[in-house]
Amino acid sequence: MTIVAQGLLASMTSILTILFDGVAYGMLLFVLACGLAVTLGLMNFVNLAHGAFAMAGGYICAVLVNQHGWPFFAALPLAFVGSSLIGAALERLLYRHLYTRSHLDQVLFSIGLVFMSVAAVDYIMGSSRVFIQLPSVLEGQLDVFGVGVGRYRLMIIVICGLLTALLQLVLARTRFGSRLRAAVDDPRAASGLGINVPQVFAFTFAFGCGLAGLGGALSAEILGLDPYFPLKFMIYFLIVVTVGGSSSITGPFLASLLLGIGDVTGKYYVPKMGPFVIYTIMIVILIWRPNGLFGRTAAR
Amino acid sequence: MFVRSHFLLAAGIVAAASALAPQPLAAQEVVKIGLIVPMTGGQASTGKQIDNAVKLYMQQHGDTVAGKKIEVILKDDATLPDNTKRLAQELIVNDKVSIIAGMGVTPSALAVAPLATQAKVPEIVMAAGTSIITERSPYIVRTSFTLAQSSTIIADWAVKNGIKKVATLTSDYAPGNDALNFFKEHFIAGGGEIVEEVKTPLANPDFAPFLQRMKDAKPDAMFVFVPAGQGGNFMKQYAERGLDKAGIKVIGPGDVTDDDLLKDMGDAVLGTVTAHIYSAAHPSAANKEFVAAYKKAYGQRPGFMAVGGYDGINLVYEALKKTGGKADGDSLIAAMKGMKWESPRGPISIDPETRDIVQDVYIRKVEKVDGELYNVEFAKFDAVKDSGKTKK
Repeated sequence: MTIVAQGLLASMTSILTILFDGVAYGMLLFVLACGLAVTLGLMNFVNLAHGAFAMAGGYICAVLVNQHGWPFFAALPLAFVGSSLIGAALERLLYRHLYTRSHLDQVLFSIGLVFMSVAAVDYIMGSSRVFIQLPSVLEGQLDVFGVGVGRYRLMIIVICGLLTALLQLVLARTRFGSRLRAAVDDPRAASGLGINVPQVFAFTFAFGCGLAGLGGALSAEILGLDPYFPLKFMIYFLIVVTVGGSSSITGPFLASLLLGIGDVTGKYYVPKMGPFVIYTIMIVILIWRPNGLFGRTAAR
Repeated sequence: MFVRSHFLLAAGIVAAASALAPQPLAAQEVVKIGLIVPMTGGQASTGKQIDNAVKLYMQQHGDTVAGKKIEVILKDDATLPDNTKRLAQELIVNDKVSIIAGMGVTPSALAVAPLATQAKVPEIVMAAGTSIITERSPYIVRTSFTLAQSSTIIADWAVKNGIKKVATLTSDYAPGNDALNFFKEHFIAGGGEIVEEVKTPLANPDFAPFLQRMKDAKPDAMFVFVPAGQGGNFMKQYAERGLDKAGIKVIGPGDVTDDDLLKDMGDAVLGTVTAHIYSAAHPSAANKEFVAAYKKAYGQRPGFMAVGGYDGINLVYEALKKTGGKADGDSLIAAMKGMKWESPRGPISIDPETRDIVQDVYIRKVEKVDGELYNVEFAKFDAVKDSGKTKK
């Protein structure tokens, strides 16, 4: 009797640990990909170079922490600011000329940007994997009623959870949010009403890049950071956006969680099938709802 | 003033050089070596180490041997076997190289094998570690290691040292499967039990779920093979998940504690026991000299890839000495067979039957030496052959 109960308890705690890891992974995917949801979904621009901004953030954080001795928590906001500045500059210089071009042009342009970023980072930083030195507070696991909770993953969940709430608030409640939604729904009417549509888009783009940069800095520990980051994870970002649909940020958020949990539990319970689980989920959802979980069928 | 003194200096150098050189360079024959390694991409550290080691050897031993001038042509295949093959073809046909060397991964080595056979050009494998490679062409010689060598040894050691239950975590590609199969065979034959077996995808972003599975299986130890570059990430997550505190030791072939990354892996890696062919802490005079020279030249310690490159170029030099400068494939291969020498890793030789390397395999434990993490050798298995072939 007690042995059975113990066994049950043990499997319960490992289920909870797996669930926790899945949520952390999903949250991370969301922060990495939500900028892409904005550019792809809201601005209707196919930006495959999104991962390059994430990588930029990761390397900014790594250089500040490892080479200049900054504390990790001070370097995180800098990763955000740095990536969004790079994003803003590129938007003004390059991206803006491609808004009205066909999707194929956008794809070719942005994939070219990816390869350039890979080569540039490889040249400057070297091709081996970079680790960011973490404060000891973030190392190891906490034991919460027998459930192993990784400190670093806990921090990811807290940061990403707060960010999501903030984003939702900004989009739904603020003047900027309503301007953005208006500019997306009907750019012509919005500019007729005196909304500076290009400016709104530029700001949104930069903000999305900043989020990616923050995600890149956070993910270095878990996903690994090397010059091939934008290529390796491009698929994951695209899955999040296609599965989540692109009408709001709730869709990509739920999709990220679903994929994160699905991926981790899949790898745990059926390790032989591990890498396929995430794609199976995607296929099933897209057959069921071709426009994603929260897609807008009528709008486009 | 300056102009004139420079001019005089230059004139002096020219005069001295022409007086010293016994014969003009043009009359001297050149032996070209095509070195194909990954210098970019995920395996770039392998290529850089080999390139460094070859350059170091040539600085130490000069670029002339048996009256021939050695010229190394470095090519980057970015770990793509198609590239390796194309580059090898260009080197053989256009550059007329006498030897192809390098081969960062198994698929690259296999892609070049038919070319080596057709052109009768020796292929010196300095890194790739799957057993079958040397069977693919009579012109292939290996100076790295095979995974069978280290995996069978660690299995035998584990059985003898009270490790009964093992969970395995290996990367899902040829060398990973080699490592797993040879380990399993020896471990089970010795009375051990495999309680859990997980293969991770080669491009694996996150080890978390696999590690949790390892932890829940409660083994005495986990057998790990991941490609050299992933060892750091693996060890960090191993510690984060508290497997070290749960008393689950890491054992495996030495790739996971590669000297190249070991320094930055953190204290969780302490106590990891691996079987491998080289440690930068190997206590021989030859190795101390090698490590000191390598550190001085490149500012970091050499790993097992560097040693594979160093021994590979040494093999070429020694073979040329033996043939008296004859650089055709058959003479070189005949000279290389059975060759014995003292490498930084210890005494090694080339098996005349298989053209594969025979070497001592060491059991090592990660310890702190002068504040830095090193693989410290504490047991030795003498002159281990590649068991992947001997069964046939």
